[in-house]
Amino acid sequence: MDNFKALADWLRQAITDKEQFHLGYADESSEFVRLNHAKVRQAGQVQQASLNLKLIDAGRHADLGITLSGEPELDRQRLADGLEQLRQTLPLLPQDPYLLLNHNAWQSHNEQLRPLPDLAQVLQDISLAAEGVDLVGFYAAGPISRGFASSEGAFGWHRANSFNFDFSLFHANGEAVKASYAGHTWNSADFTARFQQAREQLTFLGRPLHNLAPGQYRAYLAPAALEEIISIITWGGFSAQAIASKSSSLQRLYAGEQSLNPMVTLDEQISGSLSQAFSTEGYPREDVTLISAGKARGQLVNSRSAAEYGLSANGASSDESPSALQMAPGSLAQADILKQLGTGLYISNLWYLNYSDLPAARLTGMTRFATFWVEDGKIKAPVSTMRFDDSVFQLLGSQLEALTADRELLLSPSTYSQRNTASNLLPGALIKRLTLTL
Amino acid sequence: MFEHHTTLKKHFSALRTRAEFFSLRYVRESGQYLSVRKNVAEPPHLGHDEGAMLTVRLNGVEAYAATNDISLAGLQAALERAEQQARRILPHALLDLRQQPVSSDVGDYLSPDLDQPFPSLSDCYQLLGDESAAVPKDERLVTWEVSLGTTRVEQIYLNSAGAQLRQAQRFVFPGLSVTAFDGSDSQTRTLGGTNFGQQGSAGVIQRFGLVGAASQVADEALQLLLAPNTPHGPRDLLLMPDQMILQIHESIGHPLELDRILGDERNYAGTSFVKASDFGHLQYGSPLLNVTFDPDIPEQLASYSHDDDGTRASKQFLIRDGLLLKPLGGALSQFRADLPGVANSRACGWNRPPIDRMANLNIEAGDKSLAQLVGGIEHGILMSTNRSWSIDDARNKFQFGCEWGQLIENGELKGVVKNPNYRAISAQFWRKLSAVGDASTFKVLGTPNCGKGEPNQVIRVGHASPACVFSNVDVFGGDA
Repeated sequence: MDNFKALADWLRQAITDKEQFHLGYADESSEFVRLNHAKVRQAGQVQQASLNLKLIDAGRHADLGITLSGEPELDRQRLADGLEQLRQTLPLLPQDPYLLLNHNAWQSHNEQLRPLPDLAQVLQDISLAAEGVDLVGFYAAGPISRGFASSEGAFGWHRANSFNFDFSLFHANGEAVKASYAGHTWNSADFTARFQQAREQLTFLGRPLHNLAPGQYRAYLAPAALEEIISIITWGGFSAQAIASKSSSLQRLYAGEQSLNPMVTLDEQISGSLSQAFSTEGYPREDVTLISAGKARGQLVNSRSAAEYGLSANGASSDESPSALQMAPGSLAQADILKQLGTGLYISNLWYLNYSDLPAARLTGMTRFATFWVEDGKIKAPVSTMRFDDSVFQLLGSQLEALTADRELLLSPSTYSQRNTASNLLPGALIKRLTLTL
Repeated sequence: MFEHHTTLKKHFSALRTRAEFFSLRYVRESGQYLSVRKNVAEPPHLGHDEGAMLTVRLNGVEAYAATNDISLAGLQAALERAEQQARRILPHALLDLRQQPVSSDVGDYLSPDLDQPFPSLSDCYQLLGDESAAVPKDERLVTWEVSLGTTRVEQIYLNSAGAQLRQAQRFVFPGLSVTAFDGSDSQTRTLGGTNFGQQGSAGVIQRFGLVGAASQVADEALQLLLAPNTPHGPRDLLLMPDQMILQIHESIGHPLELDRILGDERNYAGTSFVKASDFGHLQYGSPLLNVTFDPDIPEQLASYSHDDDGTRASKQFLIRDGLLLKPLGGALSQFRADLPGVANSRACGWNRPPIDRMANLNIEAGDKSLAQLVGGIEHGILMSTNRSWSIDDARNKFQFGCEWGQLIENGELKGVVKNPNYRAISAQFWRKLSAVGDASTFKVLGTPNCGKGEPNQVIRVGHASPACVFSNVDVFGGDA
């Protein structure tokens, strides 16, 4: 935090009376290990740090991303060079009618520095647990920091140590189980228990494949499968700009033309989540109820949308996507899932979803990893990979029969550009009719 | 250009290690993304990024450390972290790379027109603003955006075997999209989606026809709004190049990646329906199908002289006359699988390690004009510009959707249809290739957004293709 604070302090004295700034900060030191056939295929360590500087002057503004070196003098020089570049850029721009600044000098501080696992121990635990199993997976661990400072005196800091081991166990027939073990403290016994659960599922995958014809089937979507559906909806689904510009898949929900099942309540619950409590735009992030009892409620609104559409900013990210979604639980007990499913599909994961018809919220995607055919409440056989094509307004609307009482916290394993801190807390969903097409 | 080369070389020669082999890959990237949405200039996003990856091979085990500190002390510390990592993983290592050859090549690669100055920020905004203002006034046109992204990348690769490879590239991505809304349905039409990107200078903007495109794109969005849904059923399918590139990418490119076939990606990007034993034997497509790895089209996004492991790149047929010949596998995968391959070991930046990626993966032109392609179809549909893609983890069962559809009956183009989708199975689809467009239908395109790898990497890949016809494909529309 000291390096970031020093840069923010330097910037405060470097700007003129007319200028304002937002300064975002991100760093991480990550250990990355990928495994194939239960052995280490590729391993490394990445140390990175960057600033995002927004300079504002007379209603004009521009953003500049700068990689930091970690050497204070050089980083101050890079920031000075960046400031100069933006000073030369602003006069070339028109005034921005949608610039809305937060003038509050808010403060936010969160640090969690529990010790990280020792890689040698982690590899030893994995090696022991995976004996005789074809494991493929990815382990990422290390500290992540996020910061924000503004010329108005706002300052936010978030730092947390975490690890995420995302893995799959493959049967010789090519079928696989997906699992993960993630958090702050690596506990060998907990990991072994988690691994054992996956091993037990793997035994079912050795049975002969049940070939399904396209058609409509009852289906249970485990939390990780439901997450795929929720995740694609978040591509603009709750974004104020996407809703206003008719590119949200939930535009008919927000227009009141469609509704979801009254069991569906979705919140963006930043407080208590693993994500930082402030946006890169300088706003504290608020908890927002997005869908309440099947009806559209709040939207994710960043400052730009607030200015453009006359809404109140609630600290949404620049792309107005959620990062700590929670779906309200239902009443279906874990022990009753197979019984209530009766005959149909138990789907552990879905994969590669996209829209067949976005305004109609119609999706397509694949089953992937442990998908089973269930008869009379008993797992009979694994099912070959199948494609579904169905509408969110059906799946989470008229065809939603039950949600589980237990929910699962799913931590994002995503590492595009940097390790992701997003999470979803979701139940499983029992669907009366899922349409399979291929 | 390459202003850090001398210093890096000096630092590299001063590095101390017990590794039997080590390399340094330095990457500096600067970019800007400009856009005008509904006649309002969005604030520009500019960026400067630089750092280096040190890779060591110790007792046959490779490990890497990436650092944002490119001082001698920073590089030495990263080298030591990589060594430490190699020692830690030694008891668990999958590969013994002691016998794997390394590059000692020396050379430079530059994008075309790199010496030409790019238009100023003011000129770019003027161009984008003019085009945005050219969108007709129609209350059904609810949003539109004109954009221009440019990225300049310099990379310097040095290794302990004497390799010294430098490349400087500039990538240009013009974009335009218009959304029409009738109170219930919305339809978006774009200028090539995000796939109009090339290496070069301002000429790229001209080649893709951004200037003057707004009125036609807007008109097509309105036509789609009024159009009926695509009918359901089997039809001959004419795919234009801006959909062909997605088709190539998902159902030829990814299945042929050798690291997928070797199982590395099974936990994330997936596996492949292609087996190592299929190379040289599998009839992947009809005899009209000729697929090349081609790094030699200067303006294409992934043209380069060497990949990021230092292997020299050259044009190779992966599929010839429909027969599968070679995978997309770099030097390491070739060593592991004992198969021939290509120079496609690539990293998306300094902080991610090279893995097998698509680069320029193209379909060679055939002998039919567009008029002949249409004329040869009795009951069919033309689809262009990808908007939706979904395929299973073995890259077999797919469903793709396009922005624009036009029915074809008795050799003539007929009415526009909206929400054109089609689904099929890769292993069968390419065998339905029944006609291939000639050079007049061939377009050099690509995507900036190919995702893969753990840790995740998103990378630019190039695809060039003529228009192609596939017989008897299951097509369908949307709900609205």
